[in-house]
Amino acid sequence: MKRSDRRKRRRFLARAFGLAGAGMLAGCDRLSQTSWVPSVLGAADHLSEGAAKLVARKAMAQEFAPADRSPTFRSNGTADPGTEDYQALVDDGFASYRLVVDGLVAHPRQWTLDELRAMPSRSQITRHDCVEGWSAIGQWKGARLSAILAAVQPKPEARYVVFHCADPMEADGTDLYYESIDFDDAYHEQTILAYELNGAALPVANGAPLRLRVERQLGYKHAKYVMRLELVQSFAAIGEGKGGYWEDQGYQWYAGI
Amino acid sequence: MADAAVVRVEGGYTYRRHALALRVMHWINVVALTILLMSGLGIFNAHPALYWGLSSYQGKPPVLSMTAVATPDGDRRGVTVVLGHTFDTDGVFGVSKQPNGQRAIRGFPWWLTIPDQLWLSMSRAWHFFFAWVLVLNGLAYLAWAIASRHVARDLAPTRTDWAGIGRSIADHLKFRHDDGEAATRYNVLQKLAYLVVIFVLLPLTILMGLAMSPRIDTVFTGWVDLVGGRQSARTIHFICAWLIVLFVAIHVFQVIVTGLWNNLRSMITGRFHVRTAPAAQPAIAAEGGEREAQ
Repeated sequence: MKRSDRRKRRRFLARAFGLAGAGMLAGCDRLSQTSWVPSVLGAADHLSEGAAKLVARKAMAQEFAPADRSPTFRSNGTADPGTEDYQALVDDGFASYRLVVDGLVAHPRQWTLDELRAMPSRSQITRHDCVEGWSAIGQWKGARLSAILAAVQPKPEARYVVFHCADPMEADGTDLYYESIDFDDAYHEQTILAYELNGAALPVANGAPLRLRVERQLGYKHAKYVMRLELVQSFAAIGEGKGGYWEDQGYQWYAGI
Repeated sequence: MADAAVVRVEGGYTYRRHALALRVMHWINVVALTILLMSGLGIFNAHPALYWGLSSYQGKPPVLSMTAVATPDGDRRGVTVVLGHTFDTDGVFGVSKQPNGQRAIRGFPWWLTIPDQLWLSMSRAWHFFFAWVLVLNGLAYLAWAIASRHVARDLAPTRTDWAGIGRSIADHLKFRHDDGEAATRYNVLQKLAYLVVIFVLLPLTILMGLAMSPRIDTVFTGWVDLVGGRQSARTIHFICAWLIVLFVAIHVFQVIVTGLWNNLRSMITGRFHVRTAPAAQPAIAAEGGEREAQ
């Protein structure tokens, strides 16, 4: 090969590499804005969820010693729903609170907070992992979701439990928070509707009077200020159809990673 | 490929150094690791602090954090706090300029993250997709490297290698390298570096990534405590990522000083040029032929 040819080829290669590198990184940014790339990337979520179900379908989340608890349990997201309806509940000490359970169930019904406290319960010291990266450890006590489901008897076609909450995500009081889980998690032994944190009544900042604990998933799945459980076959018609407030903003429905 | 494994050219010969499978997997790795690093820094930016222990709130400060401190003139400066020592890292870590020129509070600057802006869900989408690419590519590599005897033949240090380790260290420190017959084999430090990255650093990084998954934590209850807890795992994952960057920096430096184009070509077309006349050419031809058969 002639020397000038070699030099030309090298210059071409150098440019190709430079372009490919810069193009790839600038491309990642532009590709994120398209609709198809996030959906391709999202395919990995199904792989992750499938793998997790394969290796740890019923496995228990780690539980900790009382000394491991965080000095104060961090409040994240909504610290106070701030609506008139919610404030009225706070003012009467949640005496007028009713948990509504309906949707695809044989026996829809409501529970007062005292009735929930009388349900089969579980107490657990677990680690709360926020999607942002931090963790906090707290002790939770609450009614087992499996017991509540046993009382209402889901219909055979029901596949998800949707949690409708009292906290609005828009300043004008609209866009109420919601979340959903499947039956693997709903019937898991550590899945509870918590009314106590660290031995005291659940504070407003942490979701009073009732929040979901679904210990094998990230923090945003642990719906606070839970008002109503709805059993559904599909969550496509709820919110923007992705199964939760943050899911509608692009976060994974399966929040096990 | 149809061309002969060994081609005589003026002042030396060219042979097939890297198999096609290895070349393809190498470049997949380059893409995956680049995206993983940059999307990982994007995820880090959602909470730019690292801790040691079971949780982030144990009544002790983070081991590393990137934050903004207020200055007397009402501005903010970016600082990085490492084990209680504060470093002014304004402009890069803590506070940096956005593409639009405005200063913003963020851990790593926009040009180190995917995507540019603080967009946690999108950083996660890129990260978890390419995590699967890295893992599947890594498993394919392991299967190939063991089956083709690449590990045993090219990577495992020989007795001669161990005996010459002192000389190899001295050579590296003086940037002295072989371009003759010896360049057809990896040197002992190179072998050790590759082995550590392939069998320790990358698996540890992946394992510490899995340790951050609340679901994978449950596979063997409490296994994450082996490294000190989930927040320790997150810190180790971060350190490992930068150790991989350090390896890549040294790797690219070595590629440049030992002949950029020759090395680059050998990882693209497979062909590597050796300057001196081949003393043991038949042996190498046999090896090249064997590789071609794969």
